[in-house]
Amino acid sequence: MKKIIYIAVLVLFAHNLSAKTIRIGKMQAAKTIQQGLLLAADGDTVLVEPGHYHEKNIVINKFIFFIGINHPVLDGDHTYEIISIKANGVLVDGFKVIHSGISSIEDYAGIKIYSCRDVVIRNNILEDTFFGIYTQYGTNCTIEKNTLVSFSKEEQQSGNGIHCWKADSMRIIANNITGHRDGIYFEFVTNSIIWRNISEKNMRYGLHFMFSNNDAYISNVFKNNGAGVAVMFSNHVKMIHNYFEENWGDGAYGLLLKEISDSYIETNHFVKNTAGIFMEGASRIQVEKNVFEANGWALKIQASCMDVTVVHNNFKGNTFDVGTNGSLVLNSFNNNYWDKYEGYDLNRDKLGDIPYRPVSLYAMIIEQNPPAMILFRSLMTSLLDKTEKILPSLTPENLKDEHPLMKPLPL
Amino acid sequence: MKKIIKYVIIDILRNKIVLAYTVFLLLISITIFNLEDNSAKGLLSLLNIILIIVPLVSMLFSAIYVYNSSEFLELLVSQPLKRRTIWLSLFFGLSASMAFAFFIGAGIPILLYEATETGFMMLGTGLLLSVIFVAIAMLAAVMARDKAKGIGVVILLWLYFSIIFDGLILFVLFQFADYPLEKIMVGAVAFNPIDLSRILILLKMDVSALMGYTGAIFKDFFGAQTGLIISFTVLITWVVIPAWLSLRKFNHKDL
Repeated sequence: MKKIIYIAVLVLFAHNLSAKTIRIGKMQAAKTIQQGLLLAADGDTVLVEPGHYHEKNIVINKFIFFIGINHPVLDGDHTYEIISIKANGVLVDGFKVIHSGISSIEDYAGIKIYSCRDVVIRNNILEDTFFGIYTQYGTNCTIEKNTLVSFSKEEQQSGNGIHCWKADSMRIIANNITGHRDGIYFEFVTNSIIWRNISEKNMRYGLHFMFSNNDAYISNVFKNNGAGVAVMFSNHVKMIHNYFEENWGDGAYGLLLKEISDSYIETNHFVKNTAGIFMEGASRIQVEKNVFEANGWALKIQASCMDVTVVHNNFKGNTFDVGTNGSLVLNSFNNNYWDKYEGYDLNRDKLGDIPYRPVSLYAMIIEQNPPAMILFRSLMTSLLDKTEKILPSLTPENLKDEHPLMKPLPL
Repeated sequence: MKKIIKYVIIDILRNKIVLAYTVFLLLISITIFNLEDNSAKGLLSLLNIILIIVPLVSMLFSAIYVYNSSEFLELLVSQPLKRRTIWLSLFFGLSASMAFAFFIGAGIPILLYEATETGFMMLGTGLLLSVIFVAIAMLAAVMARDKAKGIGVVILLWLYFSIIFDGLILFVLFQFADYPLEKIMVGAVAFNPIDLSRILILLKMDVSALMGYTGAIFKDFFGAQTGLIISFTVLITWVVIPAWLSLRKFNHKDL
């Protein structure tokens, strides 16, 4: 012990010398991670050899590079938070973090960043953790190429996969998240990017935004989550080239937009969702070049939305193209391709000559009286729809695409 | 019995109407699948054919056939044959030819272009609908002695099953919109084989939309193994009960 303290003191005083590497393992001087961390000084590299480590709560409060060789297992014994990062610039790379504690008072996480900046967490495997990777007051941190799996059955027993609270300039890249409550959760996070993640089979949302402005999420896959993706109470969010797939059930939406404004939804794919996009209180949203395919409702735009622009999208094989709950329409549709369009193009400019009304009568009837779904596609309802097309009475007069495309866009 | 069935089938084939019906179905199905760029839309058009044309043709043809073969029936009754055998042979002959016509006309294109779960469900329900409406037509034909009346009844029945029944359901849904009707609706559907078939197909075709609130109830019932078995049992009951009623009537009928 004396020796260790001696070394530690020495190390502390020598921190401006060239950084050293400390190895932790059965055959090394430092047998446990806690010992190794005591030895380390700012700028050091701590290498952990393969093994199964029960180390309670590992607190990293120095600027070190904490690297696992062949994914050594850090076990929280269902009691502790496993890694707590409390210093700037820390790197955590290549660990297998399992069995964190579960608490309804404290947010135990597999890896948690406390109020620091420039932290990098990459190539880790997190299994059976309450929260996966948790950031509070983080700035300019990178969370990259991690795999997070949770096996809990109830929402209360499960935390979020990647959870960011009051953070800025975060980069969440190429992670795989399964089985958590929310795959990725953002609350009060600004200027951040979520890129190339796969979030599937989570209990609630694949991605959950609250009060997070000026963020972008690009090229992610959100599949088969309990309620899809929710973006709420935010502005200036860019959603580009994501895949929203197979979010089924009542209250499940490919993308739920609630009280959001000034945002872009571009080149995304919405496939086989109960509702592709559900918008409530959304304003100034540009929906462009997306593909809506085989959804129950491609778009549900509530009458509380305004200045939503829907242009150049492909609507194919959806049961209903657009649903709404009132006759007020403050949004515009133009130049979309609708596979249900039955118009013609006499002047050959590739635009239909008569407007397309994407809200069918039956969509309105079902909105008012959901059990009427039982009569869908019967001869009588087809007749009703046809008469409504000729003489619109129930469907909103202004909700129409003036110049629908005759051929789908190559998206 | 085999001999009579054989004779009935040969007679139907000679009559050429069923052949024309087969060719008509075949042409329509192939055109539909070739014209539409996505096969989902093709299936949708085919759905309408199955739900509208199949019952209509099955019913009308069977009713007219029964009336036209009344002399043949009288001849057979004078022979040492059980009436039960005669009537059932007629029923099997008719349903076999209608089902076969449907299988060739719509089934083969479905298998060629759309051999998915939706396709198989369409094929199964289409075959069952053919047989169900043969049974219903035979019941109507045996009840009404007058040919014009019998055919009129058949047309009315078709109207009832394909439009009026749905209208009534919609009326009830809106009159009692404040009450939870989902479960009652699931029960009500059993009273119309066309609706039941439609929902079974919808569950394969529009599954995303049906997964909404009420849809979940339908899905829970019709989508589950037991629900599927119950639905098909109900459809088969729709064959058995009219056939049995018509047989009972025929047994005591003064020809």
